[in-house]
Amino acid sequence: MAGVRLEKIEKTYPNGFKAVHGIDLDIRDGEFMVLVGPSGCAKSTTLRMVAGLEEISGGKVLIGDRLVNDVEPKDRDIAMVFQNYALYPHMTVYKNMSWVLKLKKKPADEIDRRVRQAADILGLTDMLDRKPKQLSGGQMQRVAVGRAIVRSPKVFLFDEPLSNLDAKLRVQMRVEISRLHTKLKNTMIYVTHDQVEAMTMGDRICVMELGRIKQVDTPTNLYRYPANTFVAGFIGSPSMNIVSARLNFDGDTCYVDSQNLHLRIPDDIGKKVRQYDGKAIYFGIRPEHIHARETNPEAADNFFNMEVSVVENMGNEVYLYFTPGNSQYIARIDPDIPVRSGDSHEMWLDTNYIHLFDGETKENLIYKPKTQ
Amino acid sequence: MKKRKQRVNSFMVNGLLLFLCLVWTVPTFGLLMTSFRDRDVVSKTGWWTVFTRPDQAELTLDNYEQVLSGKTITLVDSKGNQQTVKGDNLTRAFLNSLTVSIPAVVIPILIASFAAYGFAWMDFPGRKVFFILVVALLVVPLQISLIPLLRDYGRLELTGTFLAIWLAHTGFGLPLSVYLMYNYISQLPRSIIESAIIDGCSHFGVFWKLILPLSVPAIASLAIFQFLWVWNDLLVALVFIGSKPGVEVLTQRLLYLIGSRGQDWHLLCAGAFISMALPLMVFISLQRYFVRGLLAGSVKG
Repeated sequence: MAGVRLEKIEKTYPNGFKAVHGIDLDIRDGEFMVLVGPSGCAKSTTLRMVAGLEEISGGKVLIGDRLVNDVEPKDRDIAMVFQNYALYPHMTVYKNMSWVLKLKKKPADEIDRRVRQAADILGLTDMLDRKPKQLSGGQMQRVAVGRAIVRSPKVFLFDEPLSNLDAKLRVQMRVEISRLHTKLKNTMIYVTHDQVEAMTMGDRICVMELGRIKQVDTPTNLYRYPANTFVAGFIGSPSMNIVSARLNFDGDTCYVDSQNLHLRIPDDIGKKVRQYDGKAIYFGIRPEHIHARETNPEAADNFFNMEVSVVENMGNEVYLYFTPGNSQYIARIDPDIPVRSGDSHEMWLDTNYIHLFDGETKENLIYKPKTQ
Repeated sequence: MKKRKQRVNSFMVNGLLLFLCLVWTVPTFGLLMTSFRDRDVVSKTGWWTVFTRPDQAELTLDNYEQVLSGKTITLVDSKGNQQTVKGDNLTRAFLNSLTVSIPAVVIPILIASFAAYGFAWMDFPGRKVFFILVVALLVVPLQISLIPLLRDYGRLELTGTFLAIWLAHTGFGLPLSVYLMYNYISQLPRSIIESAIIDGCSHFGVFWKLILPLSVPAIASLAIFQFLWVWNDLLVALVFIGSKPGVEVLTQRLLYLIGSRGQDWHLLCAGAFISMALPLMVFISLQRYFVRGLLAGSVKG
């Protein structure tokens, strides 16, 4: 087993397009690292460079302590699971899983043992004689994972393995892969565009945008202390309300003023942003920190009264959409509070959980995220 | 009401299709009927008399017997005695046709598959240019290359050999084969190939273990085309084999069957039916591969 280290890796395509702009990432031994980002953020390209399927234009990739830039994919001691399973359609499940070992010229009894062991872990024992087309999507993906397990590689690479499955199966496979990681304890790198997958599976998450890393941290830290507006908006569902505003100080009291709101910021936060007095900023607040007035009748400030444009009832919670002017706020409230769309409702913002971002760099002004 | 209208519609469509199929098969059917009729009858009445006046049909298997065992030739020698001599039969020519066809199908398909894999999945400088060059050859009619090729063959002393015609058919068949195989192979999912490469397969291994088995539908349809083309070919055979006895292929022998004055076309009909048998068998046996179901279950989407 081994960690993976990316040092300033870059990818420039022959047509001059630069997809990856010098990424540094240190993935620890046994860690489940998720690369997440919207499409086009080069997360897959990065993974493929680790796999050796994509040439590295600049920088270094190390697996364990070995520089693998010029090592063939098969010699990197990795296994990859693809989005579309990539099973060999003319081979049975058993052959699909055993082929790699055969290519490595392992003895027959060892091949058989390892295939059966992997099949056992994944519950595929009854399907070893079937062809891929006789399997369901979930089973196919399990075979693809099985094919990776039999190699017992140093690093597992997953390229959006669950995107082709339907919602229910995706949740199930998500748990299965997490369980697999707990069991095998290998280093795993997992690419997805789905922030829910990232949050639920990752030991740490690397959020990417346009070929750059925006933040690397544990799921909790990403959620609580997003380094910039991109991470703040990307992680969490529904996503954080981010609105352009201005910071104003009245004596030592800090206020955030936007088109529709005049918010008082707690003093401990205000102290940290003193130097931004009068400057344009963005403020962010998560939907669960906008409450209905009823939940906190004593609150003295930070109210607003707006027309609810849409009510989305999820059963266990209700999302309220407010669209004053050209901005939009989403609030997550208790389903027992009666609100109908079209009504005006008094809401309260809990500014203890406010995030303030620089107006230009969009970096977080309150928390300085740890750099790795 | 609506159902009834639908039924009438489908009845009309099916009726029209049936009619077209019948019209299409009339000549073949005529050929079949004629092949069972006697020489004298053929020259007097049309094949449809078999139906219009069944009493005069006089169907016989003589034509097939003559064609298979050798044509009877009546000679009058210098003394005025009639002599009947057996000409050579089609068996030899049938075997020659097979000897020509099988390599002339296998060789171009094999080369084309290799080339198509290279063009589709290997990175080398000038890949696009070479591919366009190969595909551009599609527009070159083979007729213009006959004379220069024949000259070169003459110099290499290849004329009249099987090798000559294998090479010719391979050359003429390659552009289309490469193009068709490329279209198919380049559509195979990239991840399967990448997966195999990660598993430790070389390009050669990927080709034999993955690409070839997965390309069976394309190969089968290409094989049918190429086989029909080579089997039915007369021009290329005439040019490169000429009238070399012992090497002549079926189409050439068929040409002689009709007789110097076209008097023997009852034999031609029988011969033509024999020559049709093999292509039909090839078609029927490979037809199921036309159904592109083989890739199902490999990838989703």
